[in-house]
Amino acid sequence: MSEYASHDKNGVSVGVVEKKFFTFAEPPNEMVLESGARLGPITIAYETLGELNADKSNAILILHALSGDSHVAGYYNEGDEKPGWWDIMVGPGKGIDTNKYFVICSNILGSCMGTTGPSSIYPKTCKPYGFDFPMVTIGDMVAAQKELIDHLGINKILSVIGGSIGGMQVLEWFVKYPEMIASAIPLASSARHSALAIAFNEVARQSIMADPNWNNGDYYSGSKPDLGLAVARMIGHITYLSDEAMRQKFGRRLQDKKDFSFNFDADFQVESYLRYQGTKFVDRFDANSFLFITKAADYFDLGSSKGSRLAIESRENVDTKFLVVSFTSDWLYPTYQSKGLVKAMKKNSFDVSFCEIEADWGHDAFLLPNNRLSSLIKGFLDRIYYERAN
Amino acid sequence: MNAPINDMRFDLQVIASWIKPGSIVLDLGCGEGDLLSFLQENRQVTGTGIEKSEAKVAQCIERGLSVLQGDINEEVSDYREDTFDYVILSQTLQQVYAPSVLIQSLLRVGKKVIVSFPNFGHWTIRLQLLFHGDAPITKELPFQWYNTPNIRVLTLKDFRNFAQENRFTILKEVAINTHHHESKGNIINFLPNLRATYGIILLGKGE
Repeated sequence: MSEYASHDKNGVSVGVVEKKFFTFAEPPNEMVLESGARLGPITIAYETLGELNADKSNAILILHALSGDSHVAGYYNEGDEKPGWWDIMVGPGKGIDTNKYFVICSNILGSCMGTTGPSSIYPKTCKPYGFDFPMVTIGDMVAAQKELIDHLGINKILSVIGGSIGGMQVLEWFVKYPEMIASAIPLASSARHSALAIAFNEVARQSIMADPNWNNGDYYSGSKPDLGLAVARMIGHITYLSDEAMRQKFGRRLQDKKDFSFNFDADFQVESYLRYQGTKFVDRFDANSFLFITKAADYFDLGSSKGSRLAIESRENVDTKFLVVSFTSDWLYPTYQSKGLVKAMKKNSFDVSFCEIEADWGHDAFLLPNNRLSSLIKGFLDRIYYERAN
Repeated sequence: MNAPINDMRFDLQVIASWIKPGSIVLDLGCGEGDLLSFLQENRQVTGTGIEKSEAKVAQCIERGLSVLQGDINEEVSDYREDTFDYVILSQTLQQVYAPSVLIQSLLRVGKKVIVSFPNFGHWTIRLQLLFHGDAPITKELPFQWYNTPNIRVLTLKDFRNFAQENRFTILKEVAINTHHHESKGNIINFLPNLRATYGIILLGKGE
């Protein structure tokens, strides 16, 4: 997702941030996962921006998607080439205003950007977990985030915000800890993956697992399944764009040539783009993490045999307010899925707002500069902040 | 966020005066959210709006209102019975495809329903048709026949007959005449079907 991150046009930035670590679930007190397996110790990489106020009422938790990390905004060093992945949204005076709010973003469980995942060292073997890493769910990711929030001493989060798989975590936060969140903003998200979304994930996973270097997940001491992971990423990129976006961005234009090569080089710009994105991705991402996180997202389902897990009537002290946003050209998490969420929230008499933003850029629209999205989030947060202060 | 009552469209001022403080309100076709904002500030109302236009929905959310983007016919059906104390349908009835189905559905999700609409029985409209012979165009219904969103035209009298046929109980009815700036107006008691530019009706369930 970070291919969109670029320096703020107006030079507005939260500045230098630092990646921090929090470790918990030390044996014998491992975390019990939804699958019943035990995992520990668990380290969470996280970053905080802005200042936590005296009554700890201005905390906002941002939840990243598949390939994101804790580096949501700002720079690690003054000379960094790129800021964090959502720098356009998070910073002084921006949609999520760091002058006003204390922003927390942590790397998800199972990832490879500092939080415990399949590439972390398994204490039992002193080698990377690989496929000894237990299957983690969206619920487990959220349970780990809750440990971090407890550690920071925050009882009630002003808002949990996330897009795509980050949006699933937002919804899971509400299901698990509704009394802890004053508001929730799932962007371009869904109560469950469609067969189409699972299908794309499965093709991507198969691409990794078919790479001979994958070696049943045990590749950390040798060559990595770079080809498989690159193709997996290429598939992902197709689903994040849209027909319109690809038409505008590439059309049938050729890459650095006037005519076809009549071989299998990257003739078309779109081929070249996908190859570049794929190759770039393998430098920063772990193939096993890709497998685990996509599977967790496919397993996620807000529905159950007893109905929507959103139904929480019996619980007291719950007054979570929702802002649901979808994008017109998003065919991976289409608007009808966000509307399905809204429908379930209305049935349960939740306070919910919904807006479908006209955007050509497909699923990735939530990561791109969008004044409408910024002002929606800003206005909604202002209201929640104001309501809680009064 | 504060909206003084006399800045609002006059029919909305009348509607606002009918809403009991602390009520739960659904405003259909809420536009930029003037009424909801006023009710929230001045009547301690918990309000939700439904609006078709993305730009207007965004404006509402930005000013701190709970608003859903969508079609009113579809959106209303999701709510449970009696979710709202009042459901407001202001100046939208003339654009609705199936008015009786919609109002029935509003009376399901709301305990009371407030409907306001431009009165096609106003004397200026009658005279336009009589003397000019072309489809009337007024401040309240300012469109040509070929570009109007208003697929139905009705008079106060029509609505009363419609309510009777469909067994909707009219609890209150006010006819108003608005002035140029729309925020000023007065209530018409004498010959309302001839003299009022808008009708505002409070509907309830049962007898």
